[in-house]
Amino acid sequence: MSTTSKQSNNLAPAISNERLVELYETMVLSRYLDQRVWLLNRQGKAAIAASAQGHEATQVACIEATDPSKDHYLIYYRQFTAMLALGTEPEELLRGFLARADDPMSAARQFPLHGAHPRVDLFNFSNVIATQLPQAAGVALADKLNKRDAVTVVFFGDGASSQGDTHEAMNFAAVHKLPVIFFCENNRYAISVPMEKQMGIESLSSRAAAYGFPGVQIDGTEVSAVHEAMAAAVERARNGEGPTLIEAMVERLLPHTTDDDHTRYRSSEDIEQMNDRDPVKIMSEKLIEHGLISKEQDEAIHASAQQRVNQATDAVEAEPYPEADLMYLHVTEGPGEVK
Amino acid sequence: MPELSVIEAVRETMRSEMRRDSSIILMGEDVGHRGGVFLASDGFVDEFGEDRVIDTPLAESSICGVALGAAVNGMRPIAEIQFADFVWPAINQLVGEAARVRYGTNGVKTAPMTVRVPYGGGVRGGLYHSQSIEVLFAHTPGLSVVAPATPYDARGLLTTALRSNDPVIVLEHKRTYRLAKGEVPEEEYSIPIGRAEVKREGSDISLVTYGLMLHYSLQAAEMAVGQGIDVEVVDLRTLRPIDAKTIIESVSKTGKALIVQEDTPAISVSSEVAAIIGENCFFDLDGPITRLGPPEIPPMPFSPVQEAAFMPSPEKIFDAIVRLAAI
Amino acid sequence: MAYEIVLPHVGESVTEAVISKWLKSPGDSIEKYEPLVEVITDKVNMDVPAPESGVLGEILVNEGDTVAMGAVIARMETGDSVQANSDPKPISSRIGTLVQGANVGPTGGEFTDTSLATVPTSATEVAAPKSETGSRNYSPVVTRLAAKHGIDLSTVTGSGLGGRVTKKDVLAAVESGGHTELAPVSEEDQVIEPTPIRKMIAEHMVRSVSEIPHAWSAIEVDVTGLVQWRDKNRSEFEALNGVKLTYFPIMLHVVASSLRQNPKLNSSWQDGKIVSKGQINVGVAVASASGLVVPVVNQADKADLSGITRKFTDLVSKARNNKLDVTDVQDGTFTLNNTGALGSVWGGAIINHPQAAILTTEAIVKRPVVISGPTGDSIAVRSMMNMCLSFDHRIIDGVEASEFLQSVKNGIESITADSDLK
Repeated sequence: MSTTSKQSNNLAPAISNERLVELYETMVLSRYLDQRVWLLNRQGKAAIAASAQGHEATQVACIEATDPSKDHYLIYYRQFTAMLALGTEPEELLRGFLARADDPMSAARQFPLHGAHPRVDLFNFSNVIATQLPQAAGVALADKLNKRDAVTVVFFGDGASSQGDTHEAMNFAAVHKLPVIFFCENNRYAISVPMEKQMGIESLSSRAAAYGFPGVQIDGTEVSAVHEAMAAAVERARNGEGPTLIEAMVERLLPHTTDDDHTRYRSSEDIEQMNDRDPVKIMSEKLIEHGLISKEQDEAIHASAQQRVNQATDAVEAEPYPEADLMYLHVTEGPGEVK
Repeated sequence: MPELSVIEAVRETMRSEMRRDSSIILMGEDVGHRGGVFLASDGFVDEFGEDRVIDTPLAESSICGVALGAAVNGMRPIAEIQFADFVWPAINQLVGEAARVRYGTNGVKTAPMTVRVPYGGGVRGGLYHSQSIEVLFAHTPGLSVVAPATPYDARGLLTTALRSNDPVIVLEHKRTYRLAKGEVPEEEYSIPIGRAEVKREGSDISLVTYGLMLHYSLQAAEMAVGQGIDVEVVDLRTLRPIDAKTIIESVSKTGKALIVQEDTPAISVSSEVAAIIGENCFFDLDGPITRLGPPEIPPMPFSPVQEAAFMPSPEKIFDAIVRLAAI
Repeated sequence: MAYEIVLPHVGESVTEAVISKWLKSPGDSIEKYEPLVEVITDKVNMDVPAPESGVLGEILVNEGDTVAMGAVIARMETGDSVQANSDPKPISSRIGTLVQGANVGPTGGEFTDTSLATVPTSATEVAAPKSETGSRNYSPVVTRLAAKHGIDLSTVTGSGLGGRVTKKDVLAAVESGGHTELAPVSEEDQVIEPTPIRKMIAEHMVRSVSEIPHAWSAIEVDVTGLVQWRDKNRSEFEALNGVKLTYFPIMLHVVASSLRQNPKLNSSWQDGKIVSKGQINVGVAVASASGLVVPVVNQADKADLSGITRKFTDLVSKARNNKLDVTDVQDGTFTLNNTGALGSVWGGAIINHPQAAILTTEAIVKRPVVISGPTGDSIAVRSMMNMCLSFDHRIIDGVEASEFLQSVKNGIESITADSDLK
């Protein structure tokens, strides 16, 4: 059954004040790093970037409800903030964008945010859309068969929901009551194709009923709403009650990627009005309004994030690219065959 | 030593490996309570339970995608595609995803999964139960592809596949399932992936082949004895990586190469074998590299006269041998 | 639909034709395959058929014109909606070029990649094709062309890898003339079929010359002392050993010892490496009844003079009587050729492939030479012998060649009437 969660009166009942500020700091850091990567692309240094601007609150809140020491995360290319929330350093992310040798995810064989994380079980094998959903069901299946206490969170956008793999994954997960959470960040555009051209329904979350598990649509700009829904889904999964579909409504503040120009298909008014749903702005206002931080502290948070980003950029720009010989390794097991 | 058919060898191998290693699970359509449409897993769900023998929904992409997810999380899944003709929806999860897991994560993640695919024609299977699908997989770095033709090779190669830490596609020719019988030792053994085998030594022509065509080629080679032609038959056994060394040794010795294949020839495994021979045996060739395959039409027609006209046969192979020997 | 009619290609070596007679006029309707125009080539006269049905339009070439095959000779209108491209060669404007500065990002968009601005890109090395150097492999096209034009491949110098005869080499041999099967032989000429040995020698010589870069050096040796020594020791030696005492085994003995001191002269270039031979096995060129043979005196540095003389005499006798077996002529590491026996005073021998050098002993001639003494220069009559060295310049440079020759010269010139040679 599909529900829309109401905004709570408290800021975020399940999260302490200090923690909330920390989450906000992560969102701010993400915002500055995001902007920096976009700039690096315009300078010809970073070949491609997908921005998470507009998705920050959803990503930190979702991760907050999980346990990185045991859970699995199958991400897609827009999960910039989630990576930071999981302890990735700005340098590590930049190494991916700048294709440097020490990129921890894939040694720069892949686009940024693809590969496997060095410290948490987070991975993203390709940028073919929605292939990660059946894979997530498989990950959860292995945990269930081995009676391991872990949930699998698989992230995807509204565009991915149209792929056959999405249907097959949800179907399989429902049959076997797998501990998997299907987390959709719905920014209403699959590159340029809007919601109404992608599906005949108003909310993706209504599809869950068709498979036989709960689905919920929430406001993705609200940390509390996201956290509450996610925590409930995680508990369901850990209790063996099976999958959940969470649809977090967000805005994609920037075009699809650095190769896109969204003025080609969105009106300037439409683009303008998205700023009202900028989660960083919303969170800043809320924290100040509720007295968790002062205006000066907020400015300091921003300044610190900027400085951190500058420092990270300078460091990584000086690093080398991987040597050509390394590309022969890891095709299959065993020493690579260097031609 | 017991004589088994190919399907029996496959079944016994899966059974003994699943007993040996609890991380091996089998998933696919009808593999559980029906025992598989070819009875490859007959009795398995009773012995291993529904947790390890999973009857999946009819959805090839996710059969392979779910298997891939389980493989990166500690399992060694066997994904069974019921007929090769149905593998196409799963191509993305295999060629696009599984093949690139190790490479794309710089070795951090690996995908120790096996995909078993009954394939091939000559079974009145028409256009959708006769196809040979090896080309796309054999072209893909990151995958291994094996095509055992004998029960002995089936057990040896499937054992290796199940113990490999990378994705392996195992092609089982449907016609060999019950028709090919041979000795299979009871003790455990494995055959390395990437090793062809000279199934019949000879001095006049190197006949390179795989799958059902191996058996037809051996029959044709016997017929050729009567013509005074001594044919060496090389069974590729592995389609990726191809054992160039064995091929080169054979052709350097005989000077003539005949490549026999059931799959349509254009842009196929036989094209690759011909290239290997051309590149490496140029000064040892005593005749043009020759390929024998079916006509370039969608494999293959249902009606019997057309199916017979399509499929290579021992007689057609014998003719090709005689023609090449005469050059 | 407008359609261009081209003059079709006919025959392998025909490239143009003369328009003889137009059989149709502009405005005529024409059927596919109907004869359109008569043309004359140097091989054949033929009618060019209409390629399509339709109406003949403009005629572009006149009777009497010489036209290249593939050229457009007329236009027509067909009933088809799509004109088949009958143009045999691509027009370069339709090929186009790559525009500089138009950039495409990874997923569309415009992205100007600056990442390689400071990174030097190196061309990937293409692995050199595997081949056996010096192997006389004839490819199918070489064999075919040689057969067609009556070329004896053993006489063709190969310019390919390792001296391989290439298609170009054969065609060049055809070009440079006289090698066609229909080559006229005048009645005064005599065509001789080479014996197998002659053919082998020919092939061996061609191989050596085409593979080994030869260089030459020579030295004059004053053999007066040697001559005196021989005169003095002759009868005793012959009585003791039962064979004649000649100069050549002495030269061989000295050369063997010099080779020990100058091992580069006793080596071989193989597969890009220099193989320095452990044994010193000196081959000696001998004219046998059936042709030139080179029996080998094995381990020539280890035998004494009587041993060498006996071995040498024995081999020469066998050679002259065609009694040499395979073991007598194999494993040579250096060759010594007594061209002086035939009166030669100078020579540039061809190296016995795959050795590194060959040395000749030229005729001993009494000459007036200048001798420098304590009281100044004077002229004396001395027995002088030239020794000419041909060497593989891949292995040996002038310095080593000279050092070797000097060593041999010193060895021989140190012999006096009183020397005790073993």
